[in-house]
Amino acid sequence: MEIRVDRERCAGSSLCLSYLPEVFDQSDDDGKVLLRTPVPGADMEEAVRGVAARCPTGAITLHARDAQDA
Amino acid sequence: MAKRLKTAAHTRRNGIEPLPELASISAQTPLVRVDAEGSFSGWHWLATGLDEVRAILSDDHRFSMIPPPTQMHGAAGRVEIGNLLRYDPPEHTRLRKMLVPEFTVRRIRRLEPFVTEIVTDCLDALELAGPPADLMPTFALPVPGLVGCALLGVPRDDAADLARHFISTSAAATDHRTDPRERERMRAAGNAFVTYIRRLVRQKRRDPGDDLLGMLIREHGADVTDEELTGIAATLLGSSIENVGGMLALAPLALLQHPDQLALFLDRPELIDQAVEELLRYVSSVPNSIPRYATTDVRVGDQVIRTGEVVMCSLLAVNRAQLPGVPQDTLDITRDSSGHIAFGHGIHHCLGASLSRLELRIALPALFRRFPGLRLTVPAEQLRYRTWTPNYGVDVLPVVW
Ligand code: HEM
Ligand code: HEM
Ligand code: SF4
Repeated sequence: MEIRVDRERCAGSSLCLSYLPEVFDQSDDDGKVLLRTPVPGADMEEAVRGVAARCPTGAITLHARDAQDA
Repeated sequence: MAKRLKTAAHTRRNGIEPLPELASISAQTPLVRVDAEGSFSGWHWLATGLDEVRAILSDDHRFSMIPPPTQMHGAAGRVEIGNLLRYDPPEHTRLRKMLVPEFTVRRIRRLEPFVTEIVTDCLDALELAGPPADLMPTFALPVPGLVGCALLGVPRDDAADLARHFISTSAAATDHRTDPRERERMRAAGNAFVTYIRRLVRQKRRDPGDDLLGMLIREHGADVTDEELTGIAATLLGSSIENVGGMLALAPLALLQHPDQLALFLDRPELIDQAVEELLRYVSSVPNSIPRYATTDVRVGDQVIRTGEVVMCSLLAVNRAQLPGVPQDTLDITRDSSGHIAFGHGIHHCLGASLSRLELRIALPALFRRFPGLRLTVPAEQLRYRTWTPNYGVDVLPVVW
């Protein structure tokens, strides 16, 4: 699974990095999301799904690794 | 034709509880047309379902925050310039972009020592004065007021005065809308508040400090007008005091009404983060979103919201009746309620969420540790709840310890 983030869309809520600091970060310059771990291990998948579902702007999307766009 | 809703179940509550019918409305008609008598300021639809609310709040292209000229109501006397909840993209994006870096969780955590100091000062003053006390002007309002002042860069000497102005605009009688003297007093206090902020902005232009206003002026000074800065600062301070103030009254109330949860809250300090989320969900102190105006016909589920129609989203209904795995009427600080939408959803998601969490995380345990015997002096049903404001709260919170 690969994570993509839409930094235009991100509202800077800090929610993702509060729950999963190993995976997400937030820029001090523009307050928007940054990815630390774009391809998290299988053990993280469920947690990442949970965070993506809670992101207030839907800025976090999950994609199958081999597909161009899932 | 869609079924119409006749009650005002979304605007009224029974203390902290939603009216019982809200859960059934939410289950049966997650998006419902509101009859004129149920409608409270001319809006047409009420969304109470999780999917419907999320769909509407995230659709900032087709739902606007700006009332069409024919729908302007109740806005008189309010600062609207600089209020992010009155902007659509791209103007919203421009203003929000300037502010977001100041509200990241990392930036906000730096305020922790200030918040602790302010909470301690308020509790010291309460303890010194002794019981009985009204927690609104002594704790619930001054904590976010003083924190907000520190954030914006209001000199400490002025903060107390400013807080008084604000508290007198906020802590008005519930029926202020019908009492002209009360309304006049509120208007005057509101004006004094804005006049002060306007002066502060001018002074910060000359001498920008390390605070939020100073930062905005240093980094974006050429792109933002004094009127915008005044509106931004008044909004931040206003929504901060009202919203965190509401939570600092209603969260203690919820805990006092659930002694088992209060005991857990005190025995297991490691639960604090999830306890705060659960309290935000349970209390839902902003029960409804700001109205959204359809800019085109929008299909939501099996209904069509027509161009120009107004829809209100019940955050309370979603938080209380619609979250997967969360039964309606229990407060349980051991559960994961992080899916709540007490801070809204979409691009207008509360800018002050991290700041609110920090204040609640510090102030709530401190209150109960300082006064372990804290209790209300009147039954909770006799408190005067504010049903006429966008955020829910009480005017007076009388306690002893
Ligand atoms: C979640 C958002 C907000 C909630 C729940 C909220 C709630 C309230 C409430 C309850 C009052 C008290 C009295 C009244 O109804 O007139 C009030 C007054 C006020 N609000 Fe808000 N507010 C919010 C956001 C804002 C924003 C974004 C602004 C930006 C301009 C703002 C500025 C003010 C000001 C300056 C007053 C007091 C003075 C006056 O009446 O002119 N508020 N608000
Ligand atoms: C526990 C306390 C709070 C609650 C429950 C709360 C709730 C909310 C909600 C529900 C919204 C979205 C309204 C909508 O979309 O219709 C919102 C927006 C907003 N809140 Fe809060 N709020 C709280 C504290 C604060 C604080 C402390 C601040 C200021 C520092 C603040 C500033 C704002 C601003 C500026 C917006 C508009 C954001 C935008 O339009 O981009 N709030 N809040
Ligand atoms: S949760 Fe979503 S909106 Fe919030 S910081 Fe992360 S990506 Fe941005």
